[in-house]
Amino acid sequence: MDVTLTREQTEIVRQVRRFLDNESPMKYVRAMFDDQRGFSDRLWAGIAEMGWTAMRLPEEFSGLNMPFVDLCLVLEEMGRALLPGPFFSTVLLAADALVQAGTPAQKAKYLPGIAEGKIRGTLALYEPDSGADPGYVRMAAEFNGNEFVLSGTKLFVPDVQCANFIVVAARTAPACDSTKAISLFCVDLPDERVSIAPLRTMDGTRKLFAVEFRDVRVGEESVLGQLHEGWSSLRPVLQRAQVGICADSVGAAQKSMEMAADYAKIRIQFDQPIGAYQAVKHRCAQMFEAVESARSLMYWAAWAQDEADPQEAALAASSAKSYCCEVGTSVSTSAIQVLGATGFSWEHDIHLFLKRAKANEMVLGDPVYHREQVALILAG
Amino acid sequence: MDFRLTPAQEEFGKGFTAWLEKNLPENWDTSRHNTFDSWEKEAEAHRRFNKRLFDAGYAGMHYPKEYGGQGKTLMEEVIVLETLASTCFELKIAGIITFGMAVPTIFVCGTEEQKREFISKALDGSHIWCQGFSEPNAGSDVVNVSTRAVKENGHYIVNGQKIWTSFAHIADYCILLVRTDPKAPKHKGLSYLLMDMKLPGIDVRPITQITGASEFNEVFMEDVRVPAEMLVGREGDGWRIAITTLMFERAVGDAVMGGLFVRNIRNMIHMARHMKRSGRPIIQDPVFRQQLAQAYIDVKILKSHGYRALSQLLKGGLPGPEGSISKLLWSESNQRICERALNMQGPSSQLMRGSPWAIQDGMWQHLFLRSKGNTIEAGTSEIQRNIIGERVLGLPKDISRVSRQKEI
Ligand SMILES: Cc1cc2nc3c(=O)[nH]c(=O)nc-3n(C[C@H](O)[C@H](O)[C@H](O)COP(=O)(O)OP(=O)(O)OC[C@H]3O[C@@H](n4cnc5c(N)ncnc54)[C@H](O)[C@@H]3O)c2cc1C
Repeated sequence: MDVTLTREQTEIVRQVRRFLDNESPMKYVRAMFDDQRGFSDRLWAGIAEMGWTAMRLPEEFSGLNMPFVDLCLVLEEMGRALLPGPFFSTVLLAADALVQAGTPAQKAKYLPGIAEGKIRGTLALYEPDSGADPGYVRMAAEFNGNEFVLSGTKLFVPDVQCANFIVVAARTAPACDSTKAISLFCVDLPDERVSIAPLRTMDGTRKLFAVEFRDVRVGEESVLGQLHEGWSSLRPVLQRAQVGICADSVGAAQKSMEMAADYAKIRIQFDQPIGAYQAVKHRCAQMFEAVESARSLMYWAAWAQDEADPQEAALAASSAKSYCCEVGTSVSTSAIQVLGATGFSWEHDIHLFLKRAKANEMVLGDPVYHREQVALILAG
Repeated sequence: MDFRLTPAQEEFGKGFTAWLEKNLPENWDTSRHNTFDSWEKEAEAHRRFNKRLFDAGYAGMHYPKEYGGQGKTLMEEVIVLETLASTCFELKIAGIITFGMAVPTIFVCGTEEQKREFISKALDGSHIWCQGFSEPNAGSDVVNVSTRAVKENGHYIVNGQKIWTSFAHIADYCILLVRTDPKAPKHKGLSYLLMDMKLPGIDVRPITQITGASEFNEVFMEDVRVPAEMLVGREGDGWRIAITTLMFERAVGDAVMGGLFVRNIRNMIHMARHMKRSGRPIIQDPVFRQQLAQAYIDVKILKSHGYRALSQLLKGGLPGPEGSISKLLWSESNQRICERALNMQGPSSQLMRGSPWAIQDGMWQHLFLRSKGNTIEAGTSEIQRNIIGERVLGLPKDISRVSRQKEI
């Protein structure tokens, strides 16, 4: 047992922070928050150059084959900086699905490009009736003897504006049990039968879209993983993505706490710094408890994805997803309170942290969904 | 990063579990909270069980052999404590002060003679210790201690009163905080003594707690003669040593309490399968399921956090920021877990131990009430948050405390 960071891991954290301080300062984040595309090619190239798009890819596809914990440490820093852009969708959703379930040909087609920063991808999962349940998929992919024909609407698809391909989850069999009815497809973009419409969302650092598939035709070579068994392929991918989101929320919460505590030391009211008042001091201490607890839980969940048995990995992912993301929201909310009206103003950065944290909380299963997953494993 | 034990540690844990199965008292129920008919029986069971642990080489894993320990690491100690917490926590309760505070303080701050005299006798169950810090006017503000000790012919003559002294009624010795220099600044006039509870002049009076039990006491001391060799550190060092004492219980608290809570969650699930609401098992109730999951998450936070803090210690570091929140984590999550378990029971939550229809023999009623003390004992939650705010986050002290420091 050793739950500490190695020297190499500490070095990774330092590198990411230095890079993001220079390349993605809040000025850039704010510009991208309002920008339609949401990131600059220069920064994306820089990220690929640092090797972060390749961390989890196998070596034979230009990857670095690194442990998942290392990626989570990078994501924690990205959350701290509120890094905008398609890193999450490309690396944790599309690329990871390919690594998990792709054929050698599919991997060869996409992964080296992803590693180099030339190809981006995303995942189309949610539908209008899914609610908070990422496992609710009804969009149909009908086999016409020759090809699959995909029709339907997907919601909350991240970063599709800049994606070269989408991994789409659709039904290929009528079974009620979604674990035996869903298949995954790689759909290359642009495609004239795929139309996208930007959603106007609270958090501008990650762009979300509605995607309409109108009789999109794909061949059998586009099926990702076993036919009808898409959910088994997707599950571990979603779990890792959920833990990745936790890391993002922990980083964002850490920064929110620091902003509040720093302000509490210098803002004087009634002749002393507000941090001397226990109502404020204890609020800050509670933020600290929450952030450190969330970080410990996230470490466990990140470690478990590579190292523990599937049941522990699932328990850990759902435990962390519900807790860490709620912490993200509550800590940024507390920080706004400590900052007073300053924290309520658009000019101060703290609202950007609240908005990202809230989005993190709702994406890939909300806390209620994940607690039910925990209960299912514990009690059936 | 690795949350797993090494194969050797895993093996050690298995060996200990196997040993434990054969060595628990007769009729011991590892699945739930056990009770004793009297304090005498509890103390006796505690002593007997510790003797067995000691003889089998499972006591004081991380202490050097010359003091009766096993010369292993804190990790082996935590494995033992976690296992005990999840199977027979009640057998260790009477030793919480002994093992959590007295032994580590003596080991770090005591003289060679004190270490030889006291550590192995504590480990083998011969001695139970109590902690005489709090007084009527020295609670959170423990620096206010006014029990006097005057040095005279090789003895300290002690006069004063302690309060809330847990286990004083069964204890053999007491770690005692006294004032030796009333003229010195408050925190520099304190000293730390090891007091034999059988000395003449000591009067122990039990105080009944909200659970109905009397775990703590008032202790009156009138001209008690404590030999001068029983001083820990130097005269005037009492405050520094007292802080050391309070630091220890934090270090392993989370991991150990995590062990206990694992048993509590098992009980919660068991209860939810058997209890009904509107005729249906509670286990199917979506609101309950959310609470069960949250309780499990609380336990996992405790465990992963405890392991993080422990890793730091094993590498020779001091408890870092993760250590400073341990006390808050286990005390507050224990309260939440007990609260949830009680709420599940609906009107049956009113039934105490011994009542017809009582659920799991009223153990949750006891645990619920006892948990309310967790956020008070060993430093209240408010005091912990002052420490985090000021020492970890660097927030300023409030004006009244700044001016008091100037006076000093
Ligand atoms: C079950 C139990 C067992 C115990 N066992 C022992 C024992 O074995 N030996 C021993 O010496 N003591 C023991 N104690 C006593 C314990 O250490 C004290 O109760 C504790 O330090 C608090 O002191 P107090 O009860 O006088 O409360 P007070 O200090 O009077 O506090 C009352 C309230 O005021 C708050 N408060 C006080 N100061 C501040 C501040 N600066 N800022 C904000 N809030 C503040 C507290 O948090 C609390 O909510 C035990 C207590 C309990 C409940």
